[in-house]
Amino acid sequence: MTPTTTAVLVPLLPFLGAVAGFLLGRRAPGFVRPLAVLPTLAAAVLAAVTAAAVGTGPATDVATRLTPTGSVPIDLALHLDGFAVLIAVLVGVVATCVQIYSTGYLRDDPRYPSYAALVSLFTSAMLLVVYTGDLMVLLVGWEVMGICSYFLVGHYWETEAARAASLKAFLVTKLGDVPFLFGIFALAADTGTFRITGIVGSIARDGLDHPTLIALLLLAGVAGKSAQFPLHTWLPDAMAGPTPVSALIHAATMVAAGVYVVARLLPVFAASAAALVVLAVMAAVTMIGSGLAALAQDDVKRVLAYSTIGQLGYMTGALAVGDRGAAVFHLISHGAFKALLFLGAGALIHAAGTNSLSAMSRMSGLDRRVPDAYWTVTVALLALAAIPPFSGFFSKEAVLGAAEHAATGGAAGIPGAAGWTVLISGLIAALLTAGYATRLWLLAFRGSGPEAPDHSPQPLAMKAVLWVLFVPTAAFGLTAPFLPDWFDGRSLTPTLTTSVLGTGIALVGGLITYATWRHTTAPATRTAADGAATDPGRVLLGPLYRPAAAGFHLDAVYTTLFVRPVRAAAVLVRFLDREVVDTYVRAAGTGPRWLGAAVRRAQTGNVQTYLGALLAGALVLAVAAVLVATGTGA
Amino acid sequence: MHLVYPAVLAALLFCTGLYGVLARRNVILVLMSVELMLNAVNLNLVAFDAWLRDTLHAGQALTLFTIAVAAAEIGIGLAIVLLVHRHRGTSDIDRLRDLADTPGTPDAATAEPQPQPDTKAEAPA
Repeated sequence: MTPTTTAVLVPLLPFLGAVAGFLLGRRAPGFVRPLAVLPTLAAAVLAAVTAAAVGTGPATDVATRLTPTGSVPIDLALHLDGFAVLIAVLVGVVATCVQIYSTGYLRDDPRYPSYAALVSLFTSAMLLVVYTGDLMVLLVGWEVMGICSYFLVGHYWETEAARAASLKAFLVTKLGDVPFLFGIFALAADTGTFRITGIVGSIARDGLDHPTLIALLLLAGVAGKSAQFPLHTWLPDAMAGPTPVSALIHAATMVAAGVYVVARLLPVFAASAAALVVLAVMAAVTMIGSGLAALAQDDVKRVLAYSTIGQLGYMTGALAVGDRGAAVFHLISHGAFKALLFLGAGALIHAAGTNSLSAMSRMSGLDRRVPDAYWTVTVALLALAAIPPFSGFFSKEAVLGAAEHAATGGAAGIPGAAGWTVLISGLIAALLTAGYATRLWLLAFRGSGPEAPDHSPQPLAMKAVLWVLFVPTAAFGLTAPFLPDWFDGRSLTPTLTTSVLGTGIALVGGLITYATWRHTTAPATRTAADGAATDPGRVLLGPLYRPAAAGFHLDAVYTTLFVRPVRAAAVLVRFLDREVVDTYVRAAGTGPRWLGAAVRRAQTGNVQTYLGALLAGALVLAVAAVLVATGTGA
Repeated sequence: MHLVYPAVLAALLFCTGLYGVLARRNVILVLMSVELMLNAVNLNLVAFDAWLRDTLHAGQALTLFTIAVAAAEIGIGLAIVLLVHRHRGTSDIDRLRDLADTPGTPDAATAEPQPQPDTKAEAPA
């Protein structure tokens, strides 16, 4: 099979699996699990085959045009280059792991069939986004992901939190999607095509008329999808969904789509220095803010959610300094270890019976209860904190190296301010990342108190998947010397300055947290088993703890800025409808109602009255007819 | 015989029938009045048939037809009257007012649902 055929099959198979899952889910429950796992697994294998076939060679472009549109044509185009094929492999692998894990995690869930079908559809949409070479087709996948995330986050729709979170995720991402759509149209109007290769070629040839406007419009959509400040608020709330969904959304799909789109359209952003600075500032605020917030969260999954936001900040930071190779490198390594962290956290929550870190810190022996999750999550946290030799170290150093390169003026066309912003905020965020990773590990696995309750043993599917994801988490960094051949050719190996600086800062962050934890646990164990007092985050953040735990009250700001005015407008519209429009309608009905009341009096029920009226009418008609016929009446 | 005699007679008969239909209160008498009106028409048909010297005698044929229909009609009518009398205990046409549109009936859909009397009566039993 040619790379084109396999690449077409990759998004198609999960889509067909999803359709079959929706159709057969209720009638043939026995087919649901194979239909969920096998198409995704086949897609992952085919994605790997495609990646091997395309390899480090030139990009493959195929397009067919189904129908003329009259203006800018829309093609069903495939664009297979190193970025696309490698991310597709990541999506396939993570989605397969999530599907296998879900067979164990949601084995008693009555809505598992529709859940599995939606996950397949989600995967298919993401693969479409990754492979397509046309912005309109990309937008289709982009929006399908939006609606799938709405359904999946709201999987437990019996709870108020899940309903609110799914609605919030949908609305906030839509808030970004509207400018994104306008950005695509403006881009197509400037360049005359929706094909990404055509757009990039046109920019290289004649540039853009409004580069800053287009870049900022596109950026809004990216910020919504990739959960960047100020549209990141949906992501922590999206934790109301099942844990495997969080793994899928956070690691490989959805949030990765925004970063991927910027990577594909990087020349558009590079054409505007202002857009790059905005991107850099956005990344900086996201990285530092999410790091602080993660340090204060009590829910394991919310810690991980904020850490996803922060790691996405690294990726956008790498894009802001014009190095998409580093961004995609970090995207892939983050995808692997974040999927592992979420799936491991799922196992952990399953074992502890709670989401709360302070509750976990009051149990001992959680690490013995779930040894697989313990070891894999430990390594994944080390990767998250960028400790060598795990994957996160290499990819984060690639980002920091690119930022340093740009800051010292080594990159042409990239403002030095963007480089410095990303470099400094990246280093601060490295400190915070190491801090919250250490805090998570200490609170979850080094708790003191009564033995953790013994729940049923973990299903094999859930354990095996953790070890599958463990391999890239631990070893993906070793591919760093080979990846530039797949990407733009810029070196991704860590440079000495940033690695020493980054690793040193990460170690300092981890050690400070550990020291604080030692300091707080020692008296706490003596006096009382007060879990909150053992939280090193509370001591480290000091007065910042409360605002950080509430996500810096951004939700309250949004409530004041958007929710209240919209509600007030709804009240106004209701008043106009009920009191103003309805008054006219009711007044128009009054006349006929009176007429009806008058006519109703004639209906006495006495047949003889009716007959009398009939006779009188007939007589009148007859007299009239006679008068007309004789002509005297005229 | 001049045409005017049967015509006047038919008109008188018809008017008598009409008065009966509109004014009598007993259903049987109303039915009888209907028969009077039908026979007034029959008389007209026969008289004009004879006066026009119709070779096909369509008037006479139609008269026979009307008589047959009238017989069927009075049979059904009397049966209905009998049943009404058995059910209501009366054949007074002024009291058979089920077709009346009582005030408030069209608004019943928007008003409060009426409680069912028979279910209420059975509830304590």
